[in-house]
Amino acid sequence: MHPIIKLVAQRFSLGILLLVAASVLIFGLTEALPGDAAQAVLGQAATAESLANLREEMGLNRPATTRYFEWFGGIITGDLGTSIVNRLDIAESVGKRLGNTLFLAFWAALVSVPLAIFLGLLAVRYRNRWPDKLISGVTLTTISIPEFLIGYVLVYFLAVKLGFGSALAMINDSMTLFEKLQSIVLPVMVLTLVVLAHMMRMTRAAILNVMQSAYIETAELKGLSTFNVIAKHAFPNAVSPIVNVVMLNLAYLVVGVVVVEVVFVYPGMGQFLVDAVTKRDVPVVLACGVIFAAIYIGLNMLADIISILANPRLRHPK
Amino acid sequence: MMKNIPLSALIGLFITGLYFFVAIFAQWIAPFGMAEVVGDVWEPASAEHLLGTDNIGRDLLTRMIYGGQTTIFIATMGTILSFVTGSSLGFLAAVLGGWADQLLSRLVDLLMAIPSLIMALVILAMVPVTVPVLILVMGLLDATRVFRLARSVAVDINVMEYVEAASLRGEGRLWVIFREILPNALSPLVAELGLRFIFMVLFISTLSFLGLGVQPPLADWGGIVKENKDGIVYGIGAGLYPAVAIATLAISVNLVADWILNRTTSLKGGRG
Repeated sequence: MHPIIKLVAQRFSLGILLLVAASVLIFGLTEALPGDAAQAVLGQAATAESLANLREEMGLNRPATTRYFEWFGGIITGDLGTSIVNRLDIAESVGKRLGNTLFLAFWAALVSVPLAIFLGLLAVRYRNRWPDKLISGVTLTTISIPEFLIGYVLVYFLAVKLGFGSALAMINDSMTLFEKLQSIVLPVMVLTLVVLAHMMRMTRAAILNVMQSAYIETAELKGLSTFNVIAKHAFPNAVSPIVNVVMLNLAYLVVGVVVVEVVFVYPGMGQFLVDAVTKRDVPVVLACGVIFAAIYIGLNMLADIISILANPRLRHPK
Repeated sequence: MMKNIPLSALIGLFITGLYFFVAIFAQWIAPFGMAEVVGDVWEPASAEHLLGTDNIGRDLLTRMIYGGQTTIFIATMGTILSFVTGSSLGFLAAVLGGWADQLLSRLVDLLMAIPSLIMALVILAMVPVTVPVLILVMGLLDATRVFRLARSVAVDINVMEYVEAASLRGEGRLWVIFREILPNALSPLVAELGLRFIFMVLFISTLSFLGLGVQPPLADWGGIVKENKDGIVYGIGAGLYPAVAIATLAISVNLVADWILNRTTSLKGGRG
């Protein structure tokens, strides 16, 4: 078998294994910790008898392994169970919200990825001079402030003081694409700022690493301009690490979305998860947790597979 | 030794020290009581209330000082817990090797495959949210990162001649860990300490902002944002002060950590 296919298959099966293990871990945690769904519904003041009745009704008396396989089988077939707070089908509520979350993350990625690579190249081009120092300073500051505070700082200075964008990002199906984009301007900006910093710093480091190779010195010595050295010699060799950086940050984006959605009251998965945790709606928390973990693990797996494919040394087996 | 400290690290040390000083002596520094209502809702800054008042008329400077105390206390305890568990398990995995190393490393891989915020939310949905629980959850989730660093550093040290000499001399594993590996692995771990501390501050602020961290009436920086966020839409900036506090603390700790890291990498673990 071709070594690339073998490597990709190995990484793929590792990803699936990790996903199953993560679901066991998340389910196991809710089992191992004190309190269960019945306790959560009835609260601390519940009598032992009513607790036992509800446990019987919800099927919590059966062994944990049986319930795990039922639950996991349900997830694979698209049945996420029902919420214990409002008795609604979770899959239905999740469906629309997941779409909204991915919509937000997609636009944030579309803005931040090209911008981060461009700024990373710029920082390398003017290394240790003022553009590099300025970019490093600004990114260091955005890394040092939590996402939700960046959100409120932007709301305060842009939305309230300058009247740009809106403090609440409401979207619904009757809006046109343009209206939707208009209402998510600020959340997209926040997410961009958050991942931009990480992505740009990692891009800069990846390119600088390549710049120290001997062939770059050769290119410089034969008289190429700095820009040509970066664009023609350094960049192609830095593609694999950069792709890796981008995918890792997209995975990070999916988590950053949780907090940003709460700030802008955006009807997505993050808001849904936080609400469920506050109400101790265990089935919803489990479902959301597994979905977030799956997206995160999936993107990490994709990052590894792409960097395997992008590595020219693996393309020509001896 | 003191002469060689660069200006940036000095500023960082000074501000970090100032924050810790204010946090420790909050009870004596704060002008009012923590939960004392002393004025109108969202009063602007005045001579009496330097930062104004918050959403129910408490002095905002007082809230910020007590908030810093809670935030810094939780972050410090979480960092200590994560370092003690992470580095001792990491060293143990490196020294033992074999199946014990495999077991611990794969377990950490699994824990790190799930974002810590999501993991923390799943756990906090099941258990009551109290300060010890928060420290435990954050410290243990973060210990995975310390474990990785400690293990990789210790694996390199474990093959050095002096470690071999110690084991040939008949010293036990505990001696090797504490007298041979720990002193040599200290520098990278100390630099990492600063970064983990900042991460803890951001983590606890985020949880409190989501309403799943420090519970009122206790003040903390994330909670102050949550309490005052409704004012922001009306142009009242009370909820933005924690941003300044968190950012300055984070940047100054980063400056110190950078300096320690530079100093140790240039000297390869020697004494400066």
